[in-house]
Amino acid sequence: MAFSSWTDFVSMGGHGVYVWSAYGVTFLLLLACVWVGQRRAKKLIQRIKKIAERKTYASRS
Amino acid sequence: MNFSAYFHRWGSPKYFHTYATRLSPWLAGFSVVLLGVGMIWGLAFSPSDYQQGDSFRIIYIHVPAASLGMSIYVLMAVASVIAWVWKIKLSDMVAQSCAPLGAVFTVIALITGAIWGKPTWGTWWEWDARLTSMLILLFLYLGIIALRSAIEQREVAAKAAGVLALVGLVNLPIIKYSVDWWKTLHQSSTFKLLEKPAMPPEMWLPLLVTMAGFYCLFAWLLLRYTTNEILEREAKSQWLQDRY
Repeated sequence: MAFSSWTDFVSMGGHGVYVWSAYGVTFLLLLACVWVGQRRAKKLIQRIKKIAERKTYASRS
Repeated sequence: MNFSAYFHRWGSPKYFHTYATRLSPWLAGFSVVLLGVGMIWGLAFSPSDYQQGDSFRIIYIHVPAASLGMSIYVLMAVASVIAWVWKIKLSDMVAQSCAPLGAVFTVIALITGAIWGKPTWGTWWEWDARLTSMLILLFLYLGIIALRSAIEQREVAAKAAGVLALVGLVNLPIIKYSVDWWKTLHQSSTFKLLEKPAMPPEMWLPLLVTMAGFYCLFAWLLLRYTTNEILEREAKSQWLQDRY
């Protein structure tokens, strides 16, 4: 461990604000990328299912 | 199997979909573990810098993001050329998926760089060679995204975006060597080919781990985004409907 206590770890010798905000922004942006990709996949798969359903209805009637 | 057959098999959306689906959970797992280990190691266990104190810990996200910002650009340009010359649609899907991801990693590099600059240089921003050329990289990504969304015909859009990507390649050696060619606030590279890093291993080992984690995460995201393109463009294919 490079720090003697939790408060030390959080404050990082006065640089804590910079370090933690940099990590926070990075985390949020990466999470957003993942979320956007997953949400789009979900929607596209629903669309494919609908197209396939319509096809089976059309072939039955 | 000869090379050309191999090449064409990988160019098939069906084949890509199969392997992307199989590979994804592994990449996701690796990126979570590598990023977790690397960041905890870098934040809590590596020694602080004798000049910069603890603000140097931003390096563990800044360097991988900047490196990816540039690597993704090269990948995007290569994929565009392949799509153009051999008319491989999947390659165009990869190029299209690269643009927003490359833009995000470049933004991360710029923001973390600005935050790191404040306590280290005393300023958030300086119009010097490294920072300006990195900003141009972001504008290239944004230009390519805008160009693609502005042109409705997919093949024309792909070609236009490809040309812009190729022209923009000029910027990459400028970013890479800007710290050597011009006087700059930015420090020179941590890792150099054939040279020992100027840092002790306790400092650069965690960087190696987060670097691997970032690249795994990008690979996972690229598979997800490219698969999404397949889901959109091939929605009417029977093979795809059979899988859902």
